[in-house]
Order: sequence, then structure tokens, then C-alpha cells
Amino acid sequence: MSVFKDAGHLFRFAGLFVLAFLVFLVVRHYVVPKSFGEYGHYRGAAIGEIAAHPIRFAGHDTCEACHADVAEIKNSGKHAHVNCEACHGAQARHAGADDPSTAKPVLPDTTVLCARCHTASAAKPKGFPQVVPADHYAGLPCDTCHKPHSPAMDAGGAK
Amino acid sequence: MNISRRQIMILLPAAAVAWKYVLAGTPEESPNYKMSDHWWSMLIDIPKCIGCGNCVRACQTENDVPDKNFRTWVERYHISDWQMANPLGGMTNPMTDPQVISPDGGKEGFPVATDESGKYFFVPKLCNHCADSPCTQVCPVGATFISPDGVVLVDQTYCLGCAYCVQACPYGCRYIHPVKKVADKCTLCYHRITKGLTTACCEACPTGARQLADLKNPKDPIHEFLKTHSVQVLKPQMATGAKVFYNDLDGAVR
Repeated sequence: MSVFKDAGHLFRFAGLFVLAFLVFLVVRHYVVPKSFGEYGHYRGAAIGEIAAHPIRFAGHDTCEACHADVAEIKNSGKHAHVNCEACHGAQARHAGADDPSTAKPVLPDTTVLCARCHTASAAKPKGFPQVVPADHYAGLPCDTCHKPHSPAMDAGGAK
Repeated sequence: MNISRRQIMILLPAAAVAWKYVLAGTPEESPNYKMSDHWWSMLIDIPKCIGCGNCVRACQTENDVPDKNFRTWVERYHISDWQMANPLGGMTNPMTDPQVISPDGGKEGFPVATDESGKYFFVPKLCNHCADSPCTQVCPVGATFISPDGVVLVDQTYCLGCAYCVQACPYGCRYIHPVKKVADKCTLCYHRITKGLTTACCEACPTGARQLADLKNPKDPIHEFLKTHSVQVLKPQMATGAKVFYNDLDGAVR
């Protein structure tokens, strides 16, 4: 006499359990991304996807590769530490084009551009050069007198 | 060549392990970039910040940040003479709390300050890329994580948009993207730093107030700077392991 005589219903239930587990494994195989868990509890491939985002700012090294003459003037003046794209805006499209003249950067309006940094305000660090635009030279664009790449008047910055 | 059954039994598992690495392939990013060689952070030199908003605009351009949302923003603090003279009277008293403004995140700069009294300073803020970040710990699906090079990232194809992480961040650095409906935040310009470029905000900063730093690079000037300056992180009491270091940070900043 077998001990399993009246256990048929248990085997059927265990069989269902195993079947459900197999279904779970199959579904899990297809639902969980391949790279999940590669580095941790996340999809490892996401790192590469985020790194593949296109750049918009080319970086000053790229600018200086072609515009070395301008970079030399800038780097000898007061704006040495100001990167090209801080004023000229994002230029990866210009730098990355086969013919850069097809994506020519717009020349910034110095009346607006210079004022962004150099408008006098009690909130700015005291050592930073500041002017009240209306008193300094009302209405005229800054590049009437200053060379934006090397703006100091006593260092040959005057036009 | 004769290979015994014993040798095959040893060689097969070894070949299987080797094949697994062949299948895994190389990472998708730049071939010269090794994640294990970097541990990214940022240095913010408060006395150098002039509040021009260049960083905020550059970030929006580089990363397509929707209007009214910010991956980085600038706050202007004004602490009155009275509060500076009575440091223990402040903080909880609305009369003496520092006045903080950040119009449109400082994107278009700040209104001219005419009140000469007291102390003013600008505080640029961004994701602190915490080493023990609360935001990655609360994600129920593993959509946000700290990359092996120390950058807190969001896998936007995996994110559900539940916004737990937005609530968990003690610095308010995350938002739900109004179009994609998923969490969005500063990636420390991961697509740039892996190509050897600096971040868009650092590239656009005219005064050098923001500097990208690699803590695993022994030649990075940050090591010298951290030793010789009074450098703090935001909310150190929360033990988040924040990696955005602020030089000369006023105690009023929260």
C-alpha cells in the first residue's frame, strides 16, 4: 500500500505550482531588460543612452582650434577666463558642420550682453567691475569703445 | 591534438565564462572613457558668482529643460545688518530670516539691488550627486541610480513618473517633466563629461564660480582647494554624501 494513495490532489496542486513558476520565469525573461543588474538594481544600458545625448556647447578647445587668433587676444586680456560660448552661445552646430559658415553664429548685441554681467548691483561681489549703464555711456553699444575680447581701456582695449 | 575527457570537463566551463564576457561587449560610451576611473563632483565658489544666470540658460539649451523647470538655478540671499549682529535671533523669526529671491531661477539675472546694507551673495544650486542619495533609494522600479562614476541619473524609459524621488530629494533638485511625465534632473552633463568636455554650466560660467571636479583624479585642483578653503556641502546633517562643494557658504543657506 502506497503512502501516496490519497495524495493525488497534492501532486496536481504541486504541478500547477511548478507550471506557474515556469510561466513566471518565461515572462520575467522577456520583461526584464537584458542589462538590468549589470552594475546594480537598474538598467545598465541606460548609462550609454544618457551619454549618447547630443552636445550643444562645443567647448572652448574646439573653438580655439580654428579661432586661435581671437583666443590669443582674449587670453591676454581681462576676459581670459571667460569661455567663448559664455557670450557667443552654444556653437556645437557651427563647430560640427562640414562647412561652419552654414551655421554662422549671430553676433551678440553688446548693449544687452555686457549688461548681464557688468550692470552695477549692491548684490554683486565688490571686486567685480560694474557700471550703471545709463550713467556710463547712455544708449551706445559697449563695443563702440571697448573691444569685447580684451575690454580694458588701458591695455589697448580701446578702439 | 588529444584532449582527454578530464581536460574537456575543465575547459568547457572556462570557455563558457569567457564567452559571457565576449557577449557582454564593450560599453556604449566613448571608447577611452572608463567609468571606474572617475568620481564626479562640482565645486561652487560663492564669492565668484555674480548672478548673471549664464549657467541656467546654458543648462536649458544643452539639456532641453522645459520652461519653469530647472536642473540648475541661482538664488540670491540678502542678510540684513540686524540679523548679522544678532545671529541667535534669526532663522525662525520671519522678521529676520534671510531674504531669498530666485526670479525664474535666475535665468534672466536678478533685479538691481539698491539697498547697500547687509550682506548679499548668490548661491547656484543643482543636483548634489549624493554618494548616499535618498532619491535613488526610494525608487520602486530601479529607474534612478548612482552610476559607477558617481553621477545620479534617471533611466527615463524605465521611470513611471510616481514622483517619490521628487519628494525624497532634500534639495528640491528633481521635477516631473511636463511633456514626458517622468522624473528629470541634472545629469552633470553626463553626455559631455564622458567625452572629455566640462558641463554646459561650467563652460558658460564667465567667472569660474562653477568647476567640474573629478575626485578620483589625483591631479584635479579640487584636492588642493578642499584642503585650503572653508568648503561645505548643503544640509550635511542629512548625511546624503553630497558632492557639490560650496566655498565660503553662509550658515543661512538651507
